Amino acid sequence: MKDALGSVQSALVLGGTSDIALAIVRRLVDDRCARVVLAGRDPGGLEKAAAGLSREGVEVATTPFDADDAEHHAAQIAAIFAEHGDLDLVLLAFGVLGTQDGFDADPASASRVVHTNLGGAVSASLAVAQQFRRQGHGTLVVLSSVAAERARKSNYVYGATKAGLDAFAQGLGDALAPLGIDVMVVRPGFVHTRMTEGMDAQPFATTPDAVADAVVRGLRRGATTVWAPGILRWVFAVMRHLPRPVWRIVSAR
Amino acid sequence: MASTSADRRPDYPVERLTGWGNTAPTTARVVHAHSPTEIAAGVAAPSDRGAVARGLGRCYGDAAQNAGGVVVDTTGAGEFSLDPATGVVTASAGASIDELLRGLVPWGFFVPVTPGTRYVTVGGAIASDIHGKNHHKAGSWCDHVLSFRLALPDGSIRSVTPESDPALFWATAGGMGLTGAVIDATFRCPTIGSSRLVVDTDRSDDLDGVLALMTEGDDAYDYSVAWIDMMATGRHLGRSVLQRGWFAAPDDLPVGDRANPFAYRADVLVSAPALVPSGVLNPLTIRLIDEVWYRKAPKVRRGEIQTIPQFFHPLDMIGTWNNGYGPRGFLQWQCALPLDAVDELRRIVELLSTSRTTSFVNVLKRFGPGNPGPLSFPMEGWTLSVDVAVGNPDVARLLDEVDDLVLAVGGRLYLAKDSRMKGSMLRAMYPKLDEWRAVKASVDPDNRLCSDLGRRLGLC
Repeated sequence: MKDALGSVQSALVLGGTSDIALAIVRRLVDDRCARVVLAGRDPGGLEKAAAGLSREGVEVATTPFDADDAEHHAAQIAAIFAEHGDLDLVLLAFGVLGTQDGFDADPASASRVVHTNLGGAVSASLAVAQQFRRQGHGTLVVLSSVAAERARKSNYVYGATKAGLDAFAQGLGDALAPLGIDVMVVRPGFVHTRMTEGMDAQPFATTPDAVADAVVRGLRRGATTVWAPGILRWVFAVMRHLPRPVWRIVSAR
Repeated sequence: MASTSADRRPDYPVERLTGWGNTAPTTARVVHAHSPTEIAAGVAAPSDRGAVARGLGRCYGDAAQNAGGVVVDTTGAGEFSLDPATGVVTASAGASIDELLRGLVPWGFFVPVTPGTRYVTVGGAIASDIHGKNHHKAGSWCDHVLSFRLALPDGSIRSVTPESDPALFWATAGGMGLTGAVIDATFRCPTIGSSRLVVDTDRSDDLDGVLALMTEGDDAYDYSVAWIDMMATGRHLGRSVLQRGWFAAPDDLPVGDRANPFAYRADVLVSAPALVPSGVLNPLTIRLIDEVWYRKAPKVRRGEIQTIPQFFHPLDMIGTWNNGYGPRGFLQWQCALPLDAVDELRRIVELLSTSRTTSFVNVLKRFGPGNPGPLSFPMEGWTLSVDVAVGNPDVARLLDEVDDLVLAVGGRLYLAKDSRMKGSMLRAMYPKLDEWRAVKASVDPDNRLCSDLGRRLGLC
């Protein structure tokens, strides 16, 4: 059960090899979290991630999960809850970035990214919501992005998927709030991870650990939206209202 | 259409529930019971995630919540009867101390034990084995209980007395409702000379002073409690206002009141949420309130006449004071420490007051010896209770740190207040925990009596 100060005792990660997700889960297991399920596509990567989380008194399990296989999400997630019992927190952390050159050359590949980042995330979230309703509690943490706030010309496919997911997660959170179920939307800026390796860092670039600290602080105070770093909230309050020609120049950086 | 077992499941309303601290809400199907029989039926209702009884929801944390399962609201079952010859009362589980006092005081009787609020039920009083200002003289609630009837998940009802089934009786005393739901209980109530109290007040500039006053003087009083200023630091650390008293005899009353010595009125002055602005209790206002509270108390005052609500239930005058902490809510942290753990007590007061996170309702008291209940909270020594607003991210670490101090000296935390302790500490704090588990397993082998607190701490 989640306690009065937002500490959880169990967690499921969808996209269980995500650097940001694993940084968050490390903080949870250092607190009161004693049961972790890592779900994802890459069994080797999951095993390695599980090994990195092992602590005395903490159970870590891995399970196959395909974000693209929306048809089976409800059954698969129900099976995870049935096998592992109550899960206090679910971290929705899968997503692909892609490159604009790749999408330009193969438009269908852009559609596949939309399917994973948005379609898969939506069906997985709704499947989690079914289980939270059944168990009468739960916190869903959705990794969105500042790219959801305003699309930039260098990654607008990714930005569009996160904008869709962000809007969806806000609506889901409002729908579930009366049931004592929380949905937290996390909007990190540029984070140094495997996903962004080799890319030029953006202003206010941050690390998975810093994002994780922000998420844990958010859980403590019951936040529904978390920016990482926090200043991006104010930066984007301005950015989202810049005239398009100005934004085009600013976002090219 | 063929009917399945799911079709026969009664359609109870799904409600979002929290404790008095307004933290960690969960949803459950709520059975509103209006009689002991209906409480028993609720406990045995089909549920994949068990059932727990709930009274007036004054536990601060998640004791009377059962996420995804059934919660039996007992407050509709509030009948009671008094035998004026013996002072023995039989009450349904949902009868509150508020209702009891309105019935008992005019007949010259009082409840055996009352906490700082009169809005607790008889069922809750047993499940938390509540204590009050008279613990040093009279023990806790279950020390006065002659018998109760307990509803079990298999639909059976057991009559339990301390003689007929001591293991089940004492496992239920402070057992947080996880050994069965009390449907009614019989207990002994003391006589009183009037509905007023004779109250002595002593103000102490520091912690040592108030501890000395309690150690030397408590035995002369039936009721004793200190309000401690948790915002004071340094030389004034632990400064307190100690209030002690006993029920007045009719002759102690002002002449005009002697004709009607048992007059009793308990009004709620403010109850609409709008009148207790959300967030009105913040560090700034609390500092101010604490300063005024301390300053307004006389250094020494003897023989003041106070009413029952004034002396026992001052906060009940503000019905929804809990909303003052704002939408994120608050928690209460209460520990018991052995008498000789004074240095640890001082360290705890110091850590909490210098953190600037606390608070409004802070109480210090000297407990008498505890009873045989394996999960009953009181133990001989000191008990300190403080409010803590939720929202400051450092609170979690601070409370873990003070928990460690409590554990190190063989102290314990009060489950009725808890909303965040580590379950792994429970065995050390309550050394008879395995005895309790054995009783639970015998009456509830399928673990169908369950609550959020029970799940969080591994009790069900």
